[in-house]
Amino acid sequence: MSNEISPSVLQNNTQHPAVQIDGVGKSFSGTVALEPVWLKIRQGEFLTLLGPSGCGKTTLLNLIAGFLEADCGELFINRDLVTQVPPHRREIGIVFQNYALFPHMNVAQNVGYGLRTRHVSKAETAERVREALELVKLGDFADRKPNQLSGGQQQRVALARALVIRPKVLLLDEPFSALDRNLRTAMQVELKEIQTRLGLTTVFVTHDQSEALSMSDRIAVMSRGQIRQIGSPTDIYDRPQNQFVSTFVGDANLFSVTLLDRDETFVRLTVGETQLQLETYQDDLPEPGPVTLFARPEQCKLTQAGQAGSIPATVALTVYQGSYAEVHLDCAAADNRVMQRVPASEAPSAGTKVGIALPSRGPAIYKLNGEVE
Amino acid sequence: MKKSLFDHLLDWSGRVLLTMILGFVLLPFLVVFIASFNDSAILSFPPKNWSLRWYSNAIEYRDFGKGLINSLKVSAIAATFAMIAGSGFAYVLNRYDFSLKSLLNSILMSPLIIPNFTIGLGLLILSTAASLPRTIWLVVAVHVIIVLPFVIRSVYVSLQNFERRYEQAAESLGAAPLRVLLTITLPLLVPGLISGALFAAILSFNEFTASLFVVNQGTQTFPVAMYNYVREYADPTLAAVSVIYVIAVAALLLVVHKFFRLEKVLNVE
Repeated sequence: MSNEISPSVLQNNTQHPAVQIDGVGKSFSGTVALEPVWLKIRQGEFLTLLGPSGCGKTTLLNLIAGFLEADCGELFINRDLVTQVPPHRREIGIVFQNYALFPHMNVAQNVGYGLRTRHVSKAETAERVREALELVKLGDFADRKPNQLSGGQQQRVALARALVIRPKVLLLDEPFSALDRNLRTAMQVELKEIQTRLGLTTVFVTHDQSEALSMSDRIAVMSRGQIRQIGSPTDIYDRPQNQFVSTFVGDANLFSVTLLDRDETFVRLTVGETQLQLETYQDDLPEPGPVTLFARPEQCKLTQAGQAGSIPATVALTVYQGSYAEVHLDCAAADNRVMQRVPASEAPSAGTKVGIALPSRGPAIYKLNGEVE
Repeated sequence: MKKSLFDHLLDWSGRVLLTMILGFVLLPFLVVFIASFNDSAILSFPPKNWSLRWYSNAIEYRDFGKGLINSLKVSAIAATFAMIAGSGFAYVLNRYDFSLKSLLNSILMSPLIIPNFTIGLGLLILSTAASLPRTIWLVVAVHVIIVLPFVIRSVYVSLQNFERRYEQAAESLGAAPLRVLLTITLPLLVPGLISGALFAAILSFNEFTASLFVVNQGTQTFPVAMYNYVREYADPTLAAVSVIYVIAVAALLLVVHKFFRLEKVLNVE
């Protein structure tokens, strides 16, 4: 295919970052929406801005798109300084949460809009619109009006409209949140496939951690206008660097423990009567004393009651979930109920006394009463 | 669930009250409608004999014909002017922040609190002092001032409800601000603009107080012609005129509804 949709970045050399954010910050009438951030997004990378509402992720997206003007800092797209460049000259594709398809235009006119603004010839526009619609599997829908399409179809049109201009960067603003669960998963796979095939640098904004974990090359977890941790999905999930990231991404069981001491790789601590030695990945550890220990459910194991090194607990209830069962446990050393997943056939009944074995490496330790949002 | 006596009472009194209110709203038109077919030359009610002669009188009376043409001209021109100027002002008020914004807003809205006769009188004094001829343009000027706030309000509300994401999507696709305005904002605002213009046209068509000051025999509007008629005659011609008027407006609204959907135009969706 001669006109295969491919982002212009592929033709350039791929050494420099696709997007470089140097100390960009933004306040709205005195309230800080985004503290100055520094961030480099690689060519072809799928980067997710993950965080609760009001964390500054949408502000950052709007700054990259140019819909907002930065208070400070500089923004580069493919080495070009664009801080003062208006949105219509930034060559960015964007898909909004509500898709924002132009209601007075049909599908083909919507998709062709960005080509008409670029004065692409009629014949080429028709050809590229056709290709873009085929890419999102909507070849037969060119004459429909947006209100005649389902949510998933509208999203494909919005994606085709953003891709047809061969953007330097694709911005996705919570594009899946209006879709029902099954469709959402299907669209995520499809979008990820297209993005990988085109090698398209993508910035994805979401508050949904599972979306972020499944789609991203890197995730920037944000809260209170700051990036709290940036790294691969595995980094974020397995090696959270602070309490906010631990609790915002994934499930966590929280135990009250006492930190005795640490050396290069090991920490020693006590949980109730039990003394433990764990391997740690953390650079930043709190002072010895009472601390909070975070462990993912799948890192812990249920054992016989009284097994050496296990924390005593009592089964409060089990919730059948089909392929597995959730076991909720009362545990004197835990701040809340502990939740464990076990094969449904092995679920202990309520009242059973069991032990919880912590993994020898992996759990994170944070200051007591640290910030949780 | 079994209803108590009180519930029944409330139910029935509610229905009676509702019927009475609806009846009250429609009553004037019903009375006029019946009176228009009264054969008698005085406005007595209820009629004893029936006739259509007041309808033929209404159609044949020369001042009504001239007044109607004047009114249609004035309301069409005034509504067009008001829509163009009003949309511009509404856009500026909605989209830009500047130091004298609230002052501009107050000035534009002031015709809502200044009585119509004051506006008419003011322009009458002004035109006399400047020895301007009392043409139809003087009437148009008065009407533009009176209907402008309504157009601005109507367009402003449409802009307020406008989804800015459409414009942002267009910008991201490479459309410069003027192109966004012409290809996205304006087409999507058409219902709001039509509603504003229609509202302005109806207000202008009905305007009487201010017009009375600035018209002469040649430029008198339809309501002024009607007023002059009742000063001389007390027959049911005006009842016939009213019925024709209501039917004409209903027909107009039906046409608008067919092309634009009335709920959308009137912003009541």
